[in-house]
Amino acid sequence: MRRFLRPGHDPVRERLKRDLFQFNKTVEHGFPHQPSALGYSPFLRLMAIGTRSGAIKLYGAPGVEFMGLHEENNTVMQIHFIPDQCQLVTLLDDNSLHLWSLKQHGGASELREEHRFTLKGPPGSPPSATQATAVLPHSSREVLYLGTESGNIFVVELPSFRVLEDRTITSEAVLQRVPDDYCNRRSCELVEALREHPKNPDQILIGYSRGLIVLWDLQNNKATHHFLGSQQLENLYWQRDGSKFISCHYDGSYTQWPVSSDNRQPEPLENLVPYGPFPCKAISKIYWQTTKNGLPYIIFQGGMPRASYGDRHSISVVHGSQQTAFDFTSRVIDFFIIFSSEPTAEFDDPSAMVVLAEEELVVIDLKTAGWPAVHPPYLASLHCSAITCSHHVSNIPLKLWERIISAGSKQNIHYSNMPWPIDGGTNIAPDPPQRDLLLTGHEDGTVRFWDASGVCLHLLYKLSTVRVFLTDADPNDNMNTLGEDEWPPLRKVGTFDPYSDDPRLGIQKIYLCKYSGYLAVAGTAGQVLVMELNDEDAEHVVDHAEADLLQDQEGYRWKGHEKLKTRDGPVRFEAGFQPFVLVQCQPPAVVTSLALHSEWKLVAFGTSHGFGLFDHQQKRLVFVKCTLHPSDQLALEGPLSRVKSLKKSLRQSFRRIRRSRVSSRKRRGGGNASEVQEANAKFDQDALQEMELAPVQRKIEARSAEDSFTGFVRTLYFADTFLRDSSRHCPSLWAGTNGGTVYAFCLRVPPAERRMDEPVRAEQAKEIQLMHRAPVVGILVLDGRSTPLPEPLEVAHDLSKSPDMQGSHQLLVVSEEQFKVFTLPKVSSKLKLKLTALEGCRVRKVTVANFGSCKTDDYSENDLAVLTNLGDIQIISLPFLKLQIRYPCIRKEDVSGIASCVFTKYGQGFYLISPSEFERFSLSTKWLVEPRCIVDMPEVTSNNHVHNKSGMENTARKSRGSGRSSGDYGEDERKSGRLMEHALLNDEKVLKEIQSTLEGGRGSYAERNLARSPLGHGLSNGGAD
Amino acid sequence: EFRRFSLERSKPGKFEEFYGLLQHVHKIPNVDVLVGYTDIHGDLLPINNDDNYHKAVSTANPLLRIFIQRKEDADYSAFGTDTMTRKKNVLSNVLRPDNHKKKPHIVISMPQDFRPVSSIIDVDILPETHRRVRLYKYGTDKPLGFYIRDGSSVRVTPHGLEKVPGIFISRLVPGGLAQSTGLLAVNDEVLEVNGIEVSGKSLDQVTDMMIANSRNLIITVRPANQRNNVVRNSRTSGSSGQSTESSLPSSTPNILANFLQGEEESDEEDIIIEDSGEPQQIPKAAPTSESLESLTQIELLHESTQNGFLPSSEMNLNHSAGSISMECEVQDPDHKSLEEDGTIITL
Repeated sequence: MRRFLRPGHDPVRERLKRDLFQFNKTVEHGFPHQPSALGYSPFLRLMAIGTRSGAIKLYGAPGVEFMGLHEENNTVMQIHFIPDQCQLVTLLDDNSLHLWSLKQHGGASELREEHRFTLKGPPGSPPSATQATAVLPHSSREVLYLGTESGNIFVVELPSFRVLEDRTITSEAVLQRVPDDYCNRRSCELVEALREHPKNPDQILIGYSRGLIVLWDLQNNKATHHFLGSQQLENLYWQRDGSKFISCHYDGSYTQWPVSSDNRQPEPLENLVPYGPFPCKAISKIYWQTTKNGLPYIIFQGGMPRASYGDRHSISVVHGSQQTAFDFTSRVIDFFIIFSSEPTAEFDDPSAMVVLAEEELVVIDLKTAGWPAVHPPYLASLHCSAITCSHHVSNIPLKLWERIISAGSKQNIHYSNMPWPIDGGTNIAPDPPQRDLLLTGHEDGTVRFWDASGVCLHLLYKLSTVRVFLTDADPNDNMNTLGEDEWPPLRKVGTFDPYSDDPRLGIQKIYLCKYSGYLAVAGTAGQVLVMELNDEDAEHVVDHAEADLLQDQEGYRWKGHEKLKTRDGPVRFEAGFQPFVLVQCQPPAVVTSLALHSEWKLVAFGTSHGFGLFDHQQKRLVFVKCTLHPSDQLALEGPLSRVKSLKKSLRQSFRRIRRSRVSSRKRRGGGNASEVQEANAKFDQDALQEMELAPVQRKIEARSAEDSFTGFVRTLYFADTFLRDSSRHCPSLWAGTNGGTVYAFCLRVPPAERRMDEPVRAEQAKEIQLMHRAPVVGILVLDGRSTPLPEPLEVAHDLSKSPDMQGSHQLLVVSEEQFKVFTLPKVSSKLKLKLTALEGCRVRKVTVANFGSCKTDDYSENDLAVLTNLGDIQIISLPFLKLQIRYPCIRKEDVSGIASCVFTKYGQGFYLISPSEFERFSLSTKWLVEPRCIVDMPEVTSNNHVHNKSGMENTARKSRGSGRSSGDYGEDERKSGRLMEHALLNDEKVLKEIQSTLEGGRGSYAERNLARSPLGHGLSNGGAD
Repeated sequence: EFRRFSLERSKPGKFEEFYGLLQHVHKIPNVDVLVGYTDIHGDLLPINNDDNYHKAVSTANPLLRIFIQRKEDADYSAFGTDTMTRKKNVLSNVLRPDNHKKKPHIVISMPQDFRPVSSIIDVDILPETHRRVRLYKYGTDKPLGFYIRDGSSVRVTPHGLEKVPGIFISRLVPGGLAQSTGLLAVNDEVLEVNGIEVSGKSLDQVTDMMIANSRNLIITVRPANQRNNVVRNSRTSGSSGQSTESSLPSSTPNILANFLQGEEESDEEDIIIEDSGEPQQIPKAAPTSESLESLTQIELLHESTQNGFLPSSEMNLNHSAGSISMECEVQDPDHKSLEEDGTIITL
């Protein structure tokens, strides 16, 4: 077997490989995991989002995206753009400041970290003395004001980050002219807010947490006004003309203060608790926006009555008599208002509110009556219900594309027509080469259709399968139906809804035929729906059939969930994909494989009990085949019994770890933060030692036919090939099981003119048992030219050469451990590649991909793209099964990432790096979708400050921006590795991953309800994987 | 009843012909017989295939005395019991009890009744501190029965002693194959699995590699107990030249190499059931037992010559269609014919 380890040294082939294959991680789609900070530059019209893993992502017009990563992987606490510059400053939770800038390089802009800095106090001072709490980039662009926990404000020069000590504003200096009685009652405490005067750059407003607010004159270095607040301060905001400002407080109140030259210690103009009189939660941020018509917009976060609505995450918009409290399903991280930033404009005239919640981005149109939401072109929350499976379809015909878009546009009528307000930068990437669809199946029974052609993963259409079934939840139960007098005037916004009414609705398998528009989806409770695209609303009855996969098996009892109840009578479906056939497997185990042949009008489905074939033209079940081994008790009983205790103990141990981690994340721990961290480190170490005491063992045992889940149907495949003799080919259905068995059925499909009159017949023709008994994960027939057979209808649409039916066909069976080529129709083994025996890795995903040469247009070849359980991607040639190249892609511990991976037909792929983000990668030199954009400095009309740029150039750090397409693969790898590492810290995910390790790449419902014993890995290796 | 006849020493012919000749000479055309001879040590050894027939002829000095017994009342114990015990001592062979397991002694019959057994192999090419063990599970009901774990071992490097991670045997299951062979022990460090080094591989990877090779698992270990190491050349000295001319054809390393070769092929025999008929082994479509280096050429050859091979493989299938026994073991009579056909094709 050593022969496979010897690399081929054919120089021609080696050169060709370089022209064909190249690995890049190109772009992250979706919503950043665990966002922690938000920033916006009205000047660049760019938005920045920081995450808990230290990533920073910039977004502008659709397609304009930048990404950077702080080396420390610490939480990004604050993001501030430098006024009128292509620069921004981030503050991390380790109190370090980082200066990033957008620089043009090779025709495109890149985000680079220029400089970093940590404020240090005099020796011996407590760390709180220099812990930054508020950051103000001054409009002069020369200095940063840093408010600290000690109450002192440090002045730092930009871009050198040199502390200008003589300009430090100490709390003592501020308190000098404060009345004694106020002073005695409270010290300044930490600086909560710093705001520059909108008209006079020499004045800044300083807010201290205990309530004192001071207007400071930078020229004379003294306080000009003192505002003696009595409530703990949360934030400040200037009115546009600088004559008033507004402060918001911990008790849910906000206060307006006048600023005039005659009164140096004014009383508040107005003090209001908007959701009083009962105790309210803090208002943590507030905006005061003036309008032409005189009525201001007051927009604030929080302030809900503590007792009854204290758990809501709300932002209230008040405009005259209109008031709405936008109610978010996840915690609000931060928000900003887009308003007229022209210095000459008299009024703010806010146009949109952009809210970053923990799980989604919501943009509200403030110009249109009713304040509708704006449909974001990017940052989609992929996980608004947990993703359970995905399916990619390349090169969608324009007709189908338009019909899907039109169906989707009917669903989006409640969105505002406002153009996307964050539109900075220019997308200079070439148009995507083709129209690609990514379909994601979700736990709540929906399928989402994403435009995956370009950099922005954009939701086109959402399909729900729920209507077909009767569920416990009443579909009319709407959260938004609040009476007119409801107070507070809550309005639910956003799409993030992680709660599924019924886990049985979860989608497990999707198959879309892009030529016919037929779609098959299959779910957790053994339901298989066949749908077709209809451009109109329609009301019809869904034909219903049951497939008893246990037919002749006696005495088994299914202990899993019940099948879904169907709705009687006609059901109304909106335009789009409408189901016309429902097949329910009995027992209702999760559907583990699905195949649709749109030309023969057949759909095949498999579960852990067997598989069946359904004729969706005649709406008749053609046959079922039980694949169960009589001894396979676990598969029979369903996923509930036996494994609970392990799951429970796992969960408990992770909870313990999580508790300790959460406490370490607390921000203002001050001096004891380090102690907490130390304690945590110790805890982790102890836990590690504990693990070391009981070493991990793996049992080495040959697989036997009696292992569990051997009947689990892993793959189904339709092929028109030579099954019985070499003179006649016929339609066939192939199925591969977890126990290494391949079944082949010969099908007789009546010709089109008699299609409705004669039944489809099927007869078992072959059964192959692989002696190594590893799960069969892929079956493929190669034609006489060793090309994979085309998809149904592909030839009919002139998009593929018709297969070679003259030469002899070959069957490729891919198990988790081996690749084997057999001849057809007489099955004799021809070639094999024993991957696991050689490398100890197992096949998790395999697809045929077409690779074109970047040098010549007329060369392309088909290869197998393989993802292994170690997270490596291997390309294996067809039909000779020679390993071409190997790339590390996903960390092997990231089991959910590996399980979620999908390959496209042209050598690209997606996998989840967090519940809400797909990483896109490319194996091809030819097909590369990555952001490429330019951010130009808009012309600055206002005052000109001298700015020495050359100094920055010298300190430029290593590029970490958007330049990911470069051959600099090592860095990319490290970068994403870090990201994922952080993702792993999220303990729920770790738990999920461990569970899925125990049972391989099955759907999420199974993941949650199944886990094997820890020894299972060795006991029945491959048995249930 | 004695007969005397002459054979041409240089061209003894095939065993089948010889057998036919014996039956003819003794006028017992339809009686199954066992043929034996005495070697120079006086051991009674069987003649039942070309190899030992040739061996017997070559040792005739000048007379070859042949014993013929009727199969039914043959005394199996008469055959080379000494040889068998010697073999056991040297290689610790454990022979599978076959159909005749009720009988006190083991039948030596046609070579296809032999099968590889768990053993220490490659003694001559490995460092003395290492041991290469083949656990041959074929046809036994015993579980492989051992566990592995992570650990660390100390290596001598140019920079002095260095601690490196390693994979170790952590437990033997009582009654399992690993334990019953006595060739593996707890805390033995696993160095290779079927010729592939495990250094740099994770516990899970090594687990998967072992399970993937479980039907013919060859583990190279550094035994924790170094006192029982095989001292080089101990075999010849131990058996003190007694059996150099014993029935073992050719030299040991060759046999092992042959075995290895054979195994690579035989452990892979998937089964096919056509049209709900009888299960059969899937034959090879093309010669893959070629020398390792020429693989690429073979592949290219496939395309061009594939059609030429097809008839013969089909013939094989037809040939085996009548057979009933199917346990995918080496003793399947079809198997031999397939292999032979395979060789013919390669030639």
